[in-house]
Amino acid sequence: MIEPIRGLGARGIETIWRGGAMARFFWLVLVQSGMSFRRLSLTVREIYFAGVMSLVIIMVSGLFVGMVLGLQGFETLQKYGAEETMGVLVALSLVRELGPVVTALLFASRAGSAITAEIGLMKATEQLKAMDMMAIDPVARVVAPRFWAGVISMPILAALFSAMGIFGGYIVAVALVGIDPGVFWANMQSAVDFRYDILNGIIKSIAFGIAVSIIATFEGFDADPTAEGVSRATTRTVVTSALTVLAIDLILTAFMIRGL
Amino acid sequence: MTIPKGKLVAIMGGSGCGKTTLLRLIGGQLKPSSGQVKVAGQVVGDLDREALYALRRKMSMLFQFGALFTDMSVFDNIAFQLREHTELPEDMIRDLVLMKLNAVGLRGTAKLYPAELSGGMARRVALARAVALDPELIMYDEPFAGLDPISLAAVGNTIRRLNDTLGATSIVVTHDVIESLQIVDYLYFVADGKIVGHGTPDDIRASTEPFVKQFVHAEMDGPVPFHYPAAQYADDLGLPLEKKSRGAA
Repeated sequence: MIEPIRGLGARGIETIWRGGAMARFFWLVLVQSGMSFRRLSLTVREIYFAGVMSLVIIMVSGLFVGMVLGLQGFETLQKYGAEETMGVLVALSLVRELGPVVTALLFASRAGSAITAEIGLMKATEQLKAMDMMAIDPVARVVAPRFWAGVISMPILAALFSAMGIFGGYIVAVALVGIDPGVFWANMQSAVDFRYDILNGIIKSIAFGIAVSIIATFEGFDADPTAEGVSRATTRTVVTSALTVLAIDLILTAFMIRGL
Repeated sequence: MTIPKGKLVAIMGGSGCGKTTLLRLIGGQLKPSSGQVKVAGQVVGDLDREALYALRRKMSMLFQFGALFTDMSVFDNIAFQLREHTELPEDMIRDLVLMKLNAVGLRGTAKLYPAELSGGMARRVALARAVALDPELIMYDEPFAGLDPISLAAVGNTIRRLNDTLGATSIVVTHDVIESLQIVDYLYFVADGKIVGHGTPDDIRASTEPFVKQFVHAEMDGPVPFHYPAAQYADDLGLPLEKKSRGAA
């Protein structure tokens, strides 16, 4: 009887400890970020690997999600004779919620796991130690550029996801359902507010970028230096990122909703 | 333990006796729980980060498996420290890198990536990288482990030659008695966290100290027992009755 309780307590302590360690690591990354901006080529290189290499999955997913939204939205809206507002439904769903959230989940799976695996393997093969022995701080040289690459890439990828989603919704609405293109765009333009909808979406995607990037780099840096350790760290990155993104989304949405 | 300036010194001992830990203490990667390590008159454990990094710029370490940066070519691996720590123009860095690679006989591998090198070649490239900034102290962690006899001799000779050419101080942590006795100036033997023997290669060959004798002559049993401490063999095999009956007889 006592063993499960003890195990639960141990896991709780471990979770709190890791949270504290991650917060300290986050602070260390911020302090050591100077090199990422002084030598911009380091960060640009990581933006290529994390951001540019994620373009295909993000854009294709955005297109499909937008098309599915269009189809589902049409089915519901036509019951109320409001199918002409399909553009609004698609745009608001994407810009406010699905764009930032799904992009963050996809980014964590593709780029986040890759960052964790890369840093973890560098640790396992003593590359980080070698760098430290050369009087070059691995946090400044390896971690910070990857962190900032994630933070910079995320809002751009989320914007592209939303744009592709709206295009997908447009294809369904105009080509399949037969809604007038002018009505589709005009309704969308009048209903979507820049500050309330688009800016809030950007704020969310920046917050998700910070969360996913710090989780991915921390898990790699903290990984056990074995094949199994790196594998477990990669899994933790995806799971922790997904849960953190959804939790942050709930908190931010609660603050952003008018009237609360 | 004292490592004189300009000498090539080997630290030897059984697996797990703390040889690599000693190198980490010298390099400031670990802090001693007691005692102190001095490098060039500075107590390593007391240095703050800035001072430690300043000291590390005068030292280098060759890791057991090279620890080459896998996303960089051989050339970039060796140029790495030159680019990070100096303002040298790229054409001068190019010349320096090729000189270092030539010193280890691998100038022709400049464009290759670490994954394309054999174990011995990777170790020599790591050696070239370790001396890129002409350090005053070079530490080698098991530089001979897993090498074929030709690579082993090449690495051993290169370590000796680089030490003499650069006028550096070198510390080699190794199990390889035969190679060490040929290249080093002095040897320390460590067991159970203590120095159990030391001397020049000739002193070591003639030593009667049991641990040193067992180690140098590769004897299976001695102060370091063949068997790891364990319960009675018969008990582990589940034969306590037979043991008792024999005792009774």
